[in-house]
Amino acid sequence: MHRPRPGLEIDGFTLGECLHKGGFATIWDVNHPDHTHPLIMKVPTLLDGYDAPTIVGFEVEQMIMPRLSGPHVPRLIAIGDFSEMPYIVTERISGPSLLTLFSTAPRPVSEAVEIAARMAEAVHELHKQHVIHLDLKPANFLQRENGKMVCIDFGLSRHDHLPDLLDEEFTIPMGTFPYIAPEQFLRQRGDLRSDIFALGAILYELLTGKLPFGQPEKLTAVRKRLWRDPVPPRGLDRTIPEWMQEIVLRALEVDPKDRYQSAAQMMFDLQHPRQVRLTARAQRTARDGAMVVFRRWRVMRKVRGFASPPSTGAQISKAPVLMVAVDLAPDMEALGQHLLLSTKQMLVIQPDARVACVNVIKTARMGIDQTTDDNGEHLHVSRLLALRDWAASLQLPEDRLTFTVLEGPDPGQAIIDYVQKNHVDHVMMGARSHSATRRYLGSVSSHVVAEAPCSVSVIRLPQHGVVAEPEIAPSEDQRQEG
Amino acid sequence: MRIAILTDIHANREAFQSVLTDLSDRGIDRYALLGDIVGYGPDPEWCVDRAMELVAAGAWCIKGNHDSAIANPAESLNITARRIVNWTRPILSDEQREFLDRLPLTKQLDDILFVHASANDPADWNYVSSETRAIGSFEVSKARLIFCGHCHVPTLFSEDLGGRIKQQRIPPGMAIPLIRTRRWLAVIGSVGQPRDGEPQAAYAILDTDTNELTFRRIAYDVSATVSKIRRLGLPESLAIRLNTGA
Repeated sequence: MHRPRPGLEIDGFTLGECLHKGGFATIWDVNHPDHTHPLIMKVPTLLDGYDAPTIVGFEVEQMIMPRLSGPHVPRLIAIGDFSEMPYIVTERISGPSLLTLFSTAPRPVSEAVEIAARMAEAVHELHKQHVIHLDLKPANFLQRENGKMVCIDFGLSRHDHLPDLLDEEFTIPMGTFPYIAPEQFLRQRGDLRSDIFALGAILYELLTGKLPFGQPEKLTAVRKRLWRDPVPPRGLDRTIPEWMQEIVLRALEVDPKDRYQSAAQMMFDLQHPRQVRLTARAQRTARDGAMVVFRRWRVMRKVRGFASPPSTGAQISKAPVLMVAVDLAPDMEALGQHLLLSTKQMLVIQPDARVACVNVIKTARMGIDQTTDDNGEHLHVSRLLALRDWAASLQLPEDRLTFTVLEGPDPGQAIIDYVQKNHVDHVMMGARSHSATRRYLGSVSSHVVAEAPCSVSVIRLPQHGVVAEPEIAPSEDQRQEG
Repeated sequence: MRIAILTDIHANREAFQSVLTDLSDRGIDRYALLGDIVGYGPDPEWCVDRAMELVAAGAWCIKGNHDSAIANPAESLNITARRIVNWTRPILSDEQREFLDRLPLTKQLDDILFVHASANDPADWNYVSSETRAIGSFEVSKARLIFCGHCHVPTLFSEDLGGRIKQQRIPPGMAIPLIRTRRWLAVIGSVGQPRDGEPQAAYAILDTDTNELTFRRIAYDVSATVSKIRRLGLPESLAIRLNTGA
């Protein structure tokens, strides 16, 4: 078997300089005549004899990486097995490593929120591809030049649809101790909310420059996070806003059911700070007292595991982001009520859904828009109030409900942009009745049905006594009659 | 090459037909039947005929213990199995009996081995039902991929570079990469008499180009087979077993 060295040629790849030496692998700059883009090669560092953890980690990556795609993972080029030299060649991500940034933490809130949102976006993309990373830490994020985060190192990951080579393989919990979730300590590997916990720890570090649970070296110290709470970020720095502490501490909850239920929901809060509902978490400035911790210890020391979802896919579809596009025009009131009823019905089947109520103000393509009405009331604010009023009877807790007023010359496009930016899983919207104009110019709903990258339900009022000509919607099967 | 792997058909015409129909538009290049075409079920003639047709068209077919017992009454079988084999024997034609008798015990194709039961002493019909019981097959064979049946429960084992054998979870219907750092032993579940609690017929597809194995299940008309068993007066336990898949 070969050992990696500069100049070594293997399967057409020529090794250049060694870019990084880690505990389990070395990273090399490589060239290949068929590839013009910069590439890197990861070679596991094998100890003499049978080095189980490194080999199994490499095997897991070998199984999972070919299944992953999209901008949030490095593009896989080639894999070499143990017959000559084990390696994985991927594209080289040109942007800076997050590790450098974290060495300069604490970072300003405005920067931290942006980075954390991008990280959550990347993690949600992994989850959507049935992969739980299980070793998220600053060193395992890279950033592309366009700002998109890339997750790397899948050696401890788990894919819903593949055998888990790591399951029960080792008797100790695996992961990076400062970031691993309590259930990972209990050797549970099937909960995507473990990644939410790690994101919480990463965000904590970014904001405070400290690790929420220190740098434990022994397992007994890792176990303490089952009952010992971290110092609240505002206890370290009062300039950190309450909403930010709310997000961090919610992600760091001990029981997975108390955390964000998906990375998309965490990202949503990071993108809408003013709508984060503050709880007691936001107010805290010190850790819990000795008696509270003692009582918690008495309960938690006996815990052997937490309820985990049947699969990553099931967890994601259980906690969707549901967008309701509400038309607030006076003549649309009946349709609005019908849409409200349909939304309530949807919440019965998807009780963990988070609902984003959105209204679009159509602006002129050119010229100055009038955003203040005749009475001097700001249009934006009045629309927000009307949205809240519309949604009041949904009776959802505030943390599962947001209100957004969008502006744009093309309402359909504004809705589609919002869907993409916020990883909306399902759009519900009303459609006005038929008219010749809409048939020729296209309606907002048909535009959204055709182009939104998610399910769309179009709600229409029953039309009594009118035999309408069938409208040709681009995607009939997705249309749901209200 | 895409290879459909079927085993333990056990004279269950409805299950066999369902699997063959399901496979007809899945781009299969080759069929591998891992034995026990007869026994337990009510339609041995039809099933042996189909197997003979498949073999004539290039399929590989391995001998199972029930197939062997047709020509060899000394074969060790439990009471119910013996009763059905004795019922089956006179129904089959000479040609069919000869076909079963001539089946080989193993088939090797490059680094792939097909066998009915455990690969060590294939004629002893040992069950590969646990990590320990999988050791024999890995030891006796150098093949990278070993496929067998006999247990009626889909199971997947891997042997890592350190020689440790681990049972692996099977995600149903999903392609599993049989990574080359390990050797693999797959027990394909039964077409005609599943025993893992699922009544659907079990089989698998191996894609040698992508190096992936997919365990599949397909529903068939269980009640039709069950009524045939009852009409023929075959043991009721066989009918119950098909209904529950246990």
